[in-house]
Amino acid sequence: MTAALLSALAAHWRRNPLQLITLTLGLALATALWSGVQAINAEARASYDAAAATLGEGRFSQITATDGAPIAQETYIALRRAGWLVSPVIEGRLAGVRLLGIDPLTAPGGLGPVRPQSGGDLTTFLSGPGQIFARSDTLASLPETGATGVAALDVAPNTAITDIGLAQRLLDRAGQIDRLILAQDQPLNRPPLSQIAPDLTLSPPQDGSDVARLTDSFHLNLTAFGLLSFAVGLFIVHGAIGLAFEQRRATLRTLRALGVPLRRLIAVMAAELSVIALLSGGIGVGLGYVMAAALMPDVAATLRGLYGADVSGQLTLRPEWWLSGLLIALGGTAFAATGALRGIARMPLLSGAHERAAAMARRWGWQAGAAAGLIALSGALALAGGGLVAGFAMLGALLIGGALALPPVLSTLLAAAEARARSATAQWFWADTRQQVPGLSLALMALLLAMAANVGVSTMVSSFRLTFTGFLDQRLASELYVSATDAAQADAILAIAATQADAALPLLSIDREVADLPAQIYAARDHATYRDNWQFLRAVPDVWGRLAAGEGALVNEQLYRRAQLDLGTRITVAPGTSLPILGIYGDYGNPIGQVILGEARFRALFPQVQALRFGLRVAPDSVPALREALKSSAGLTDAAMIDQAAIKALSLSVFERTFAVTAALNILTLAVAGFAILTSLLTLAAMRLPQLAPVWALGLTRRQLALLDLLRALILAVLTAILALPLGLALAWALLAVVNVEAFGWRLPLYLFPLDYLQLAALALLAAALAALWPAWRLSRTPPAQLLGVFRHER
Amino acid sequence: MNAKVLILLLFWPFAALAQGFAGLGTEAGDFATPTPGRAFDFPADHGAHPDYRIEWWYLTANMTGPDGTPYGLQWTLFRSALQPRDGTGWDTPQLWMGHAAVTTPDRHHVAERLARGGIGQAGVIGDPFSAWIDDWSMAGPDMDNLRLTATGPDFAYDVQLRATGPLVRHGQDGYSVKSAAGQASYYYSQPFFTLTGTLSLPQGDIPVMGQAWLDREWSSQPLAEDQEGWDWFSLSFDTGEKMMGFVLRGQSDYTSATWIAPDGTATAFPDGAFAATPMGWHRVAGRDVPVTWSVRLPARGVDVTVTALNPDAWMTTLVPYWEGPVTLSGSHGGVGYLEMTGYDD
Repeated sequence: MTAALLSALAAHWRRNPLQLITLTLGLALATALWSGVQAINAEARASYDAAAATLGEGRFSQITATDGAPIAQETYIALRRAGWLVSPVIEGRLAGVRLLGIDPLTAPGGLGPVRPQSGGDLTTFLSGPGQIFARSDTLASLPETGATGVAALDVAPNTAITDIGLAQRLLDRAGQIDRLILAQDQPLNRPPLSQIAPDLTLSPPQDGSDVARLTDSFHLNLTAFGLLSFAVGLFIVHGAIGLAFEQRRATLRTLRALGVPLRRLIAVMAAELSVIALLSGGIGVGLGYVMAAALMPDVAATLRGLYGADVSGQLTLRPEWWLSGLLIALGGTAFAATGALRGIARMPLLSGAHERAAAMARRWGWQAGAAAGLIALSGALALAGGGLVAGFAMLGALLIGGALALPPVLSTLLAAAEARARSATAQWFWADTRQQVPGLSLALMALLLAMAANVGVSTMVSSFRLTFTGFLDQRLASELYVSATDAAQADAILAIAATQADAALPLLSIDREVADLPAQIYAARDHATYRDNWQFLRAVPDVWGRLAAGEGALVNEQLYRRAQLDLGTRITVAPGTSLPILGIYGDYGNPIGQVILGEARFRALFPQVQALRFGLRVAPDSVPALREALKSSAGLTDAAMIDQAAIKALSLSVFERTFAVTAALNILTLAVAGFAILTSLLTLAAMRLPQLAPVWALGLTRRQLALLDLLRALILAVLTAILALPLGLALAWALLAVVNVEAFGWRLPLYLFPLDYLQLAALALLAAALAALWPAWRLSRTPPAQLLGVFRHER
Repeated sequence: MNAKVLILLLFWPFAALAQGFAGLGTEAGDFATPTPGRAFDFPADHGAHPDYRIEWWYLTANMTGPDGTPYGLQWTLFRSALQPRDGTGWDTPQLWMGHAAVTTPDRHHVAERLARGGIGQAGVIGDPFSAWIDDWSMAGPDMDNLRLTATGPDFAYDVQLRATGPLVRHGQDGYSVKSAAGQASYYYSQPFFTLTGTLSLPQGDIPVMGQAWLDREWSSQPLAEDQEGWDWFSLSFDTGEKMMGFVLRGQSDYTSATWIAPDGTATAFPDGAFAATPMGWHRVAGRDVPVTWSVRLPARGVDVTVTALNPDAWMTTLVPYWEGPVTLSGSHGGVGYLEMTGYDD
């Protein structure tokens, strides 16, 4: 019986292939967006894990210099000779690649590409020209070193591992070590660390790498957008399933009347949907892979630029995301089909033919109520909520509430238009439009969400860009930035700057924890450059004067928000030294906290920090001459000098790439919404024939009817676009004032971009028009006999 | 000794272990090779010989605690050269490996260290004598007065060594042949150390007294290709006489022995004079190892049963082997050390 049942059910899809395609494509698109985002996240996380495994951060304690300076090799030997089982690591950049030097003989088990057990490999690693282990793409980007490159997949992306001796030579850092990894089993009778090397600090193994924590918010953002896209896709699925079940009521009733048990019927239909869901999910995962592979290089560049995280630009097929893609396709289908299946379960066996008009005459009462409730909830969350999750919950409530509110609002607007209409055709047009709202509502809600997301995200990105460029202008005030390799070269730079530049501002910095958060402390010279250019979010009067006098410190917004500081709060900047906060400044694009001290205060607290980097003030047209002088007299290479314009271009390119992903997701979401409209119109078109036939019989031509259909789609799209605007702006506000603060630590001002919105509305209209074009064209070509047929066998 | 050479060979390259003890004979290549008739030059020869591929400073000791409990300790520093040159810095092709152990009747504590040469982490200087790897050290003003220390996760020791007799040259005035094909090493010993000091064990600090035996050996190609393992004995008889003997197991076994009179006079015995036969086996680390032996040197009337103090004295090091204190019964009473390699699981 099951086979007969299945064949009876399958007949529906054979007769309505378009519906099947709609369902499959909707589900596939939804899954594609979701699994694409998951693939990107999984790849990035795998890269972080690989990096952490390479360095053993998750398993081993580490020893670093308290002031962040390199550790002398003599200190390493002294520790070993005191019984401390530590292994040295040096780390640096070689042609942009992160080069790690290790000592395989002392590295704790499992660290590094070769182990003492591996015999001949170790010999090759340690002798002759040496070996460098990296992924093949990384090897390709390394300069010629003389060492043999060995392709190794388990090395983190953009990372190369070699022997510490070779690494010191390649990095030109003989005798230097960056950190020491502590073996788990240590011998008895070790003297305390402070006795042998008082300037070193021991830190316990970390739960998850720094980078993973730092980038959490970025990935949460991506996930949220993936989920939004999936929700939009589900609207399509829900619509298609609802329609299919609606049309199959007659068949189902017949089957039930023939004696098929309800339970069996439901089970078979659920199985049918599961198969469709799995097939569509499979297609979706494939599409998601293609999408993620296309986006991955940009994401990798963003993570590198923004967080310094090395992420592979290549995508691997990982079970965690393609399985989750299939699961969410199944789950989404189940969610979308529950209502339809329940309807069938409750269907009275002997009820009469289902009246289409009755189905259309829906009341919007509960939906309007739910919408109002959700919007109120999102308002409450905005006022009271804290944390990124609350921020996203608020966004979710706002978007779903807005979407639910759309059909009642549209219905009300159309009813008002109908009341004002004079001619019979116009009255029919408005009434007919209003009658179609339920059938189109899901597609329109999808369009609303897509547009709102577009308005919201583009407003956020554009506001961010405006703020960021302004910020770059004030922060990058020096015309030329140079870095010296040692104190002698620094002196040479200063000597040249004394005659050829207006000022040489030293850039002194040190990594320290402030208020238990990772931070950098900078020194600021008392100079007009800072006084003239810097703007504060909040500051005490005469902030620069007081800073120069060493009376306090400046903190960036991230630190101020994360540590819940305030003007006047004292922060500990060095052991035994705490200073009140004099000002808070915006510091966009920097993931960690920052503190600025007056130069004198900084030099007194951290005498070991040498000024090796300088910002040089000079008339812009004198920059080339100054570069030349620095090159010839101080021996600076071009790589050691970067002018203001180049830094700005670099920063902006990082910025643009950061949002390339969200922009791409936005466009895809809009495309999905357009597709939803198309499929809804196509399925409605067939059902609307009985309603159009009388109008046609009354004298409207098919061409006129088709044009009216096109117009109707445009009007609905325009109305939706208008309603999407406030929703999108609310979304932008939430992103700027809630999500950004939680995710990145900065709050951005909201700017409006009316031209962009107009453009977007035009795009949405175009999408709606394109979607309506084909159904309208089909309507204009409907054979009159088919229209007449409506009267012959009216259902 | 001794076939301790093999350990070093195993150490170089490390992979040899994975291939088993067979096939360890290697070409000497550019390395220097021992020749007969070379006179030792002390104290310089107490130091390292970087032109030779492998070298070790190998000390074993039999001790007793205040309650008469017997203990054994081992302190070994191996040098292995990737190329026949020395220098400073990371690219120095000298690698170092340290093994330390303390054996009690029911426990065997082991620790191991690896180090690169050229950076100060490990090395040996002849005068004043100093051998070290990390915090482990064997050092003193001269070879007759040494302080020996080592630490592990669960043990440590700190003992003084004082020589009461002369250095002993094995084989042909220190040129020790290791196979019928002529492979050889330079090999001398100081078997006359008296020892006092402290063992730090989980149960607490234990003052100990006893005797220790230092082996010094270096070579570049010490074994024949077919030799796959060895059993090495250093025995101190109650009479004050001492004996070193080893069996190199191969297609045909190769044996060698040195008889040491109480005044340090050494007599070398050629292949076949010395015999060692397994009497009782013990399962340790997944393999069967002979821990009771019948050892004979008929020319000197030696026919003793050698019994391991602790049959579980397995060295869980990169290159695993069995090394532990033994007691003697039969024609002679006494104590000693036994080392066995090449017993595959």
